Amino acid sequence: MNFYALFAQLLELVVALVLAPILNGWINMCRAWLQNRSAPPLLQTYYTLSKLFHKDVLLAHNASTLFRAAPYIIFSCMALAAAIVPTLSTDLIFAPAADAIALVGLFALARVFIALAGMDVGTSFGSLGSRREMFIGFLAEPALLMVFFTASLISRSTSLSTIVETLAHREFVIYPSLAFAGVAFTMVSLAENARIPIDNPTTHLELTMIHEAMILEYSGRHLALIEWAASLKLFAYSCLGIALFFPFGIPEAADPLSLALAGATLILKLAVGGFVLALIETLSAKMRIFRAPEFLGTAFLLAVLAMLVHLLLETGQ
Amino acid sequence: MTELAFVLAIPLLSALLLALFGHHRGAPEINSAGSLATLVAAAALTVRVIGEGPLVLFDEQFFVDPLNVFLIALTALVGFTTSLFSRPYMRVEHDHGRLSVGRLRLYHSMFQMFMCTMLVALSTNNLGILWVAMEAATLTTVLLVALYRTPASLEAAWKYFILCGVGIAQALFGTILIYFAAERVLGPLGGALLWTHLDVVKGGLEPTVLSLAFVFLFVGYGTKTGLVPLHNWLPDAHAEGPTPVSAVLSGLLLNVALYAIIRCKVLVDGALGTHFAGNLMIAFGLLTVVVPSFYLSRQKDVKRLFGYSSIEHMGLITFAFGMGGPVASFAGLLHMTVHSLTKSAIFFAVGHAAQMAGTQMIDDIKGLLKRSPTIGWGLMLGTLAILGMPPFGVFTSEFMILTTAIKHYPWAAAILLTALGVAFAAMFHKVQGMVFGEPTVRPLAHNPALLPVFVHLGLVLMLGLWIPPYLAEWYRQAAKLIG
Amino acid sequence: MNAMLLNAVPLASQVINLCAAIMLLLGFAMLAQRRVLTLINLFMLQGLVLFTSTLIVALSTHQNHLLWSAALTLLLKVIALPYILHRLIRRLSVKWDIETLLNIPTIMLIGIALVVVAFNVAQPISQLSGTITRATIGIALACVLLAFLMMITRSKAVPQVIAFLAMENGLFFAATSATYGMPMVVELGIALDVMVGMVILGVFFFQIRQQFDSLDIRHMETRREP
Repeated sequence: MNFYALFAQLLELVVALVLAPILNGWINMCRAWLQNRSAPPLLQTYYTLSKLFHKDVLLAHNASTLFRAAPYIIFSCMALAAAIVPTLSTDLIFAPAADAIALVGLFALARVFIALAGMDVGTSFGSLGSRREMFIGFLAEPALLMVFFTASLISRSTSLSTIVETLAHREFVIYPSLAFAGVAFTMVSLAENARIPIDNPTTHLELTMIHEAMILEYSGRHLALIEWAASLKLFAYSCLGIALFFPFGIPEAADPLSLALAGATLILKLAVGGFVLALIETLSAKMRIFRAPEFLGTAFLLAVLAMLVHLLLETGQ
Repeated sequence: MTELAFVLAIPLLSALLLALFGHHRGAPEINSAGSLATLVAAAALTVRVIGEGPLVLFDEQFFVDPLNVFLIALTALVGFTTSLFSRPYMRVEHDHGRLSVGRLRLYHSMFQMFMCTMLVALSTNNLGILWVAMEAATLTTVLLVALYRTPASLEAAWKYFILCGVGIAQALFGTILIYFAAERVLGPLGGALLWTHLDVVKGGLEPTVLSLAFVFLFVGYGTKTGLVPLHNWLPDAHAEGPTPVSAVLSGLLLNVALYAIIRCKVLVDGALGTHFAGNLMIAFGLLTVVVPSFYLSRQKDVKRLFGYSSIEHMGLITFAFGMGGPVASFAGLLHMTVHSLTKSAIFFAVGHAAQMAGTQMIDDIKGLLKRSPTIGWGLMLGTLAILGMPPFGVFTSEFMILTTAIKHYPWAAAILLTALGVAFAAMFHKVQGMVFGEPTVRPLAHNPALLPVFVHLGLVLMLGLWIPPYLAEWYRQAAKLIG
Repeated sequence: MNAMLLNAVPLASQVINLCAAIMLLLGFAMLAQRRVLTLINLFMLQGLVLFTSTLIVALSTHQNHLLWSAALTLLLKVIALPYILHRLIRRLSVKWDIETLLNIPTIMLIGIALVVVAFNVAQPISQLSGTITRATIGIALACVLLAFLMMITRSKAVPQVIAFLAMENGLFFAATSATYGMPMVVELGIALDVMVGMVILGVFFFQIRQQFDSLDIRHMETRREP
């Protein structure tokens, strides 16, 4: 609890806000390479965002206050989420608040608002997207919680900082449970971030879209905020994955040197992670929405197995 | 030592010989000769064990004590008589075109192989080899049950394989658990699967592991014994295989599976010092007596009828061993003997009867007595014997089981009596219709082999009236072993 | 604190635990699998994991007879049996998807329940075991139960047999993990039985198909009387 902690916290927030669109651009670039297309520039997301910020907001006649407030709420939820995940240091000012279950709640809050906003105007696409979003969320959240429980069982705490500290500062031990949980987490993040096996982030094909369907009515800075929030969400999930499963290199202290070092490792890990995500998206095909329960059911199963395996194999030795 | 080697080697060599020459005309005679030789060797072994006490042989992998020597002798005897019965039976099947020459070769070879696996299972000292032999016995009988290759026989064989395969896998897990417990006491080189070693240290084995192991072993070998609720394979397998196979399945294989359970029970009782294994056996034994007795009256196929009767008797024997104590164990052993003899005799008679009628349906078999008095009386007397009529041996053993039950478990005795009564009514009614009445059956082309039927029934009658002293002494020793 | 305790566990043991976890995962994958060919490949993979874990136990504890059983596993379960099964599938030309008697999510939930049961049953045993791999006995039991579940929820003959073999895998895993393997003679006998059983079944498949025009066991239930 000192100046450095505050500084690290602020730095994390800034890093998140800055890096999130770049991560998005990087994934799109990798995807383009892998699919033999010419890639958009790395900063493409920024260009899109700034274009959107310069445009006027066009509201539907029957849009309520909720519709207008939702982008801000969603954006702040995601910014907060991205900020409390320990990426650069575990010694953060918000560390006591960075609880795994609270984080799930934060994501859920954003989900509720985006779904409500999707239904607000009353178009058929909006409600369709909202329904699907809630459906996916209903299946993904238990799996996500199970993943967190496994990690918390290992470190005996639901605080993200403690989890990362425990996992990062240990000798090399193979945790089969963490491997399972990692796979489950990847599957959940794909679903939650509207990535390919569940949803296609680039499509506007009416029968398949989920996320895009909800935000069809948004324009201008509202749309920009939502897009930014979406990339923040992806960033938060990536950092969460890194923190839980590849936490090596996240320092406990918050002095400038270790922060700089941590920043470099983070960027490296994110680059690799983004490439892997692009690879997954290139290699797999989008599945029908009715197969989603099976996909997420498998994620849930894996997460539960992870917990059981941990209880049997890794305790009571 | 040489006797046991002969007991095990003769069936094996016969199986190989028959695999080569089983299609020749003389194959049934080779089969009988091999079985006779096995019987002689088994008799010599028995004399040796009576004279010299328990033997431990072949690097301690095999051993013979009063408990298994009597089962070895019984197995060799019933194997021999069955081979006598199967000579004319298989010739008729061949004449009817139900079996090709190649199938006959398979049958003869597998019959001897089956005898070999059972004898190994009975005489081995190693619980692992016991498991292997039991599994091998399953495999050989699967081939025998599917001999006719009809849809029904394939179905029966498949069901048999899957159910017993699953069951026997549980038994393997149980065996692993025993090994696991024993290794801690005996060490990895101490022969931790050898029953004689285990018997010595059984008091020091970990009780939790052993009780768990017994549950698995009981489920596993219990499936093969035909205990309810894992009995479904048994009536099918009995009905669809050739009748000699039904006779050895009922008469011998069930006994061998039960023998495996008893061996394990001895260890578990020693380790636990409680009546856990016994209670488990009492509960499932009782269930196995009650359930099939209510199915009996619904049977249309005569071999299924007697298959269910076998399940019932296995339940009774399991119940007897579950109660334990000198009298009940004695009765259980006696019942094993008389059930084997009686049930195989019944199947011999039923086999001929079904061949005469050209069907196994009870309603289509009538008037056996008028066409062939010997088969008719054989079936009638056999049925009376198996239903526990005095003066047959089944009555003696059932009487002993019931009196012990009345003393210790009066409620169970009431259930048993009811079930036996129901079974009596159902079976007697059905068999009466087959034996008496106007004949629908034709005489056989080959002379039926009825000597085995009456030899068996004669032995059962003798055991009902008088148990030879050395046999009684032998039972007593075995019963003491079981505890 | 927990992590500190874990650090005391040697690397070999960790790898075996990993193998155990993968065995369990493969058990579930087989339970959920709809395609016969993939099922065979999963079975092969399970054999491979079994081989690896046996080999590691053998090397780390210097139990030489386990090397033999590892070789046996490799030969039988990774090479011979999958080969036979593949040939069978080709010659029977059965490439259909497998139907299950229950829907897959339900089977999965039952599977999880079975795993919990297995772990609870194995808990007291694991605490007694002196081997480096003691914790895996629960997983082995779970694998056996999962294979058992697979057997009763499949209606076709080939998947039932694969389930049977998977059950044997689980048992073998229990034997190596809890006790460093059974005596060699027993293991040879078990391998022989499995092999012979497989050959018999191979013959059987043709007979069954000849008689029923299908390998669907449900066609057989003509005699479904008491």
